[in-house]
Amino acid sequence: MATDSPMIEFTHVSMRYPLGAGSYYDALRAVSFTVQPGEMVFVTGHSGAGKSTLLRLLTLMERPSRGSIVVNRKNLERLPRRRLPYYRRELGIVFQDNKLLPDRTVYDNVALPLIAAGMDDREIPKRVRASLDLVGLLGKERQFPVVLSGGEQQRVGIARAVVHRPSLLIADEPTGNLDVELSTAIFDLFASLHRHGTTLLIATHDLRQVSRMEQRTLTLQRGELVRDTHA
Amino acid sequence: MKAWLLRHAQVLVGSFGQLARTPIATALTLTVIGITLALPAGLVVAINNLDRLSTGFDRGGQISLFLKQDTNDAAAQKLAQQLRTRSGVAAVEYISREAALAEFRKHSGFGSALDALSGNPLPAVLVVRPEAGTSPAALETLRTALARQPGVELAELDLAWVKRLHALLELAERAVWLLAVLLAAAVLLIVGNTIRLAVLNRQTEIEVIQLVGGTPAFIRRPFLYAGWLQGLLGGLIAWLLVELGLLWLTGPVSDLAGLYGSPFGLEGLPFASGLALVASGGILGWLGSRLAVGWHLRRQSFR
Ligand SMILES: Nc1ncnc2c1ncn2[C@@H]1O[C@H](COP(=O)(O)OP(=O)(O)OP(=O)(O)O)[C@@H](O)[C@H]1O
Ligand SMILES: [Mg+2]
Repeated sequence: MATDSPMIEFTHVSMRYPLGAGSYYDALRAVSFTVQPGEMVFVTGHSGAGKSTLLRLLTLMERPSRGSIVVNRKNLERLPRRRLPYYRRELGIVFQDNKLLPDRTVYDNVALPLIAAGMDDREIPKRVRASLDLVGLLGKERQFPVVLSGGEQQRVGIARAVVHRPSLLIADEPTGNLDVELSTAIFDLFASLHRHGTTLLIATHDLRQVSRMEQRTLTLQRGELVRDTHA
Repeated sequence: MKAWLLRHAQVLVGSFGQLARTPIATALTLTVIGITLALPAGLVVAINNLDRLSTGFDRGGQISLFLKQDTNDAAAQKLAQQLRTRSGVAAVEYISREAALAEFRKHSGFGSALDALSGNPLPAVLVVRPEAGTSPAALETLRTALARQPGVELAELDLAWVKRLHALLELAERAVWLLAVLLAAAVLLIVGNTIRLAVLNRQTEIEVIQLVGGTPAFIRRPFLYAGWLQGLLGGLIAWLLVELGLLWLTGPVSDLAGLYGSPFGLEGLPFASGLALVASGGILGWLGSRLAVGWHLRRQSFR
């Protein structure tokens, strides 16, 4: 049954980066955990602990050296190359540097995942407006990203990440460049997405926000999963 | 289907805008493509005109009838008279064995050697001039018919130099094709390189589109359109250059032809060939960008 299967299942996942000359670095060591649909999970740890690596494995920007990753009943190891774009449409990805396209308007940036997925042109404006409404930026459609504040840009990034209603939202330090007030607003936004049923996996340094949210937290230390508040 | 068309039209317009945003770079690229394509096209036009000119000369071809050794003067004169009445024949000149020998003696420098011969080895000849405007094929028919006349040993159509010219033109044509293949490769590289630069410029954009689930085909599309457009516009410029060149040459050529009383005039690129030139520009541009983008996407660390 669909509701019984986990959203994310990591089983003994290791990631070993070659450093050249026969040496290597173990960024993740036999990490195992399971995330159920609808959960909101934080990933924390010191710099270099492997948070970004873990998320990159989920978005298939990288493949694990060992272990298996299953997302939404798809074994990523066995996902054929041509299915990769379709797999990524099930995800929403928020980047620390927001990765907005500077030569496109806010509207066009947010519409990008819908256009890439070949959605009906009549459906797109509704979805984009709904998404911008969600992040409180309705009315900024015609602006270009440069004229927006850092917090607004990050919210446009979130609007783009959720416009296609992904089942899993992945965010890597979404508030890394923002002050406390803006960070709080962004985390509140995530909390409201959580209430609407989205599964979220958020890597962050921001322990203040993590404790405020009172959600499950995975802690990495030198590539090992040393703490899981739900385990 | 309609939505699909609309989407492609949007991408096409976008590519057009992309080219228009860097007008100088675009103009330079298009001109280079235009010149590159105009070269073989112009040479083809030149060869076609030479071909036409030499076909015009074919009509001046004459047929030499070498008569059998035992044919006497009277019989030869009679045959000449008979041939003059034949349709398609303008004039017949009789060169007797003696006249032929005298001429040979005068021009060959073998005079004393000929004295050593007991008899005259040369045959009598009837030089038949066909009517003006006889086609090469009709000339050949006439030659075969004349060869069958009683008393005729051999009938030869004097087209040697025309044939030589044709052979040269054929060689030139091949050389042009070789050149065309090389220059087509050049266009491929020119477009491929501009598209490669465009891809590098939009690296982040490609990365983001990949992460939001854009297929390789979706990512390629704007670049393919841009390459196609560049090739197409370059082809148009090539066509324009060829026509301008012809325009420039038309006056002098018809003046020259007039001096020889010839109606010869330069023939331009046929419309269909012009379209073919533009189309091949488009195809080359598309291929060039396909190669560049494909290569780039394969090289990426993403999979
Ligand atoms: N491509 C790579 N090649 C070699 N080593 C790498 C590579 N990517 C990451 N690493 C190493 O793996 C370790 C984990 O990196 P990662 O980016 O996952 O850390 P992080 O927890 O996200 O850190 P931060 O909080 O600073 O973002 C680091 O020591 C890093 O140097
Ligand atoms: Mg990181």
